[in-house]
Amino acid sequence: MELLSFGKTGWGDELLIATMMTIAVSITAMFIGFLFALIFTPLKLSKSKFLNLIGNSYTTVIRGVPELLVIYLFFFGGSGAVMYVASIFGYNEYIEINAFITGSFAIGIISGAYSTEVFRGAIQSIDKGQFEASKVLGLKKPVHFFKVIMPQMLRLAIPNLSNVWQITLKDTSLISVTGLVEIMRQSYIAAGSTRDPLFFYSFAAVLYLMLTYFSMKLINKLEVRYSRGY
Amino acid sequence: MDFELMINSLPKLLNATFITLKLLTASLIFGLFIGLFFAIIRLNKNPIINKFAYVYSYVFRGTPLLVQIFIIYFGLGQIEYLRSTALWVILKEPYWCAIIAFSLNTGAYTSEILRSAFQTIKPGMIEAGQSLGISSKIIFYKIQIPIAIRQSLPAYGNEIILMMKGTSLASTVTLMDLTGVAKYIISTTFKPIEVFIVAGGIYLFMTFIIHNVIKFLEKKYSY
Repeated sequence: MELLSFGKTGWGDELLIATMMTIAVSITAMFIGFLFALIFTPLKLSKSKFLNLIGNSYTTVIRGVPELLVIYLFFFGGSGAVMYVASIFGYNEYIEINAFITGSFAIGIISGAYSTEVFRGAIQSIDKGQFEASKVLGLKKPVHFFKVIMPQMLRLAIPNLSNVWQITLKDTSLISVTGLVEIMRQSYIAAGSTRDPLFFYSFAAVLYLMLTYFSMKLINKLEVRYSRGY
Repeated sequence: MDFELMINSLPKLLNATFITLKLLTASLIFGLFIGLFFAIIRLNKNPIINKFAYVYSYVFRGTPLLVQIFIIYFGLGQIEYLRSTALWVILKEPYWCAIIAFSLNTGAYTSEILRSAFQTIKPGMIEAGQSLGISSKIIFYKIQIPIAIRQSLPAYGNEIILMMKGTSLASTVTLMDLTGVAKYIISTTFKPIEVFIVAGGIYLFMTFIIHNVIKFLEKKYSY
């Protein structure tokens, strides 16, 4: 137990900060994923074959390739790509991107592919009459989307989004390979310096279990809130 | 775009694909048995026994696969007692540690898939068997299992694809699987995009094959 004490002698405070980092990366990644889903869901639902193809390639490629490979692509290729763009604008110094940004972006793109599928499924299972009714009523496009489709879509999407959240949360353990100090990386450091890997990795497992358990509780509450009236 | 590198790295990556496939098949076979075992236990009426199966699947599905591999590979070696037993021959090999971790992980997911498949079997099917005087053992093997397998095919297909992606984590315990070799080539040539295209292409090809095989099986066993 003294291994977990706070202050200089134990790893308690370090692991607490690392847990915060895991939560921060997961939320950022989930949010970036939503942005991607916002772009790609309409593409997948569009009538144009070409736009469909773009949307489908995104979800197929990302969901068919290991997360770790995507992370390596961003980790090794990220700063190169940014430097290339910067050089077009005449900036030729070395740019290093922070591990937090690379990590949340990589996980965000992965999470976005899953979210896109969830949103697509949710929109497709909304009754066709709803679309027609709002057209007949002459609602403007934004009103139609935000007031008619979105609330119904969210209700249908939340149970599946909670799965995406779980996947995203667990995927953040993989960005420890880039050196970002989240739960996994901190346990690795602690295990290395105390020579007690069994304890620290088991403790990491407990931390992840707690995160998944409490986030499920929270999401269940949201689910109840959004299905009021059904 | 460095096409020469892409062509040169292809044989190395294809070679590494064999390790990925070996890891995948071994874990799927062990995982299927573990999954079936826990699915049956989960349906047991004894609350202690089915709670045990529930906790097993909850823990393995609630923690990242990476933690599971690290506990088995780095953690178990710390127990002095284990080092002196015959088990140590297996546990000191990263290859077997990876397979153990993958099997236990996919076993947890498989048990959930099979459990829900067993639960969706209509009671009428079992009652029909009983009224024909078929013994409960034969009902289980000849009626419940075939229906459950058919029922769980789509979800199990997804699980196979997830597991294939999961085998990439073997590279974190020094195994040179497809991802491990891809990382090695990237870190020596600093050409991440080219290597990603080739390695990602191989993974996508495997996904495509698995997807179609499952689709074929679904059609074959549809009723």
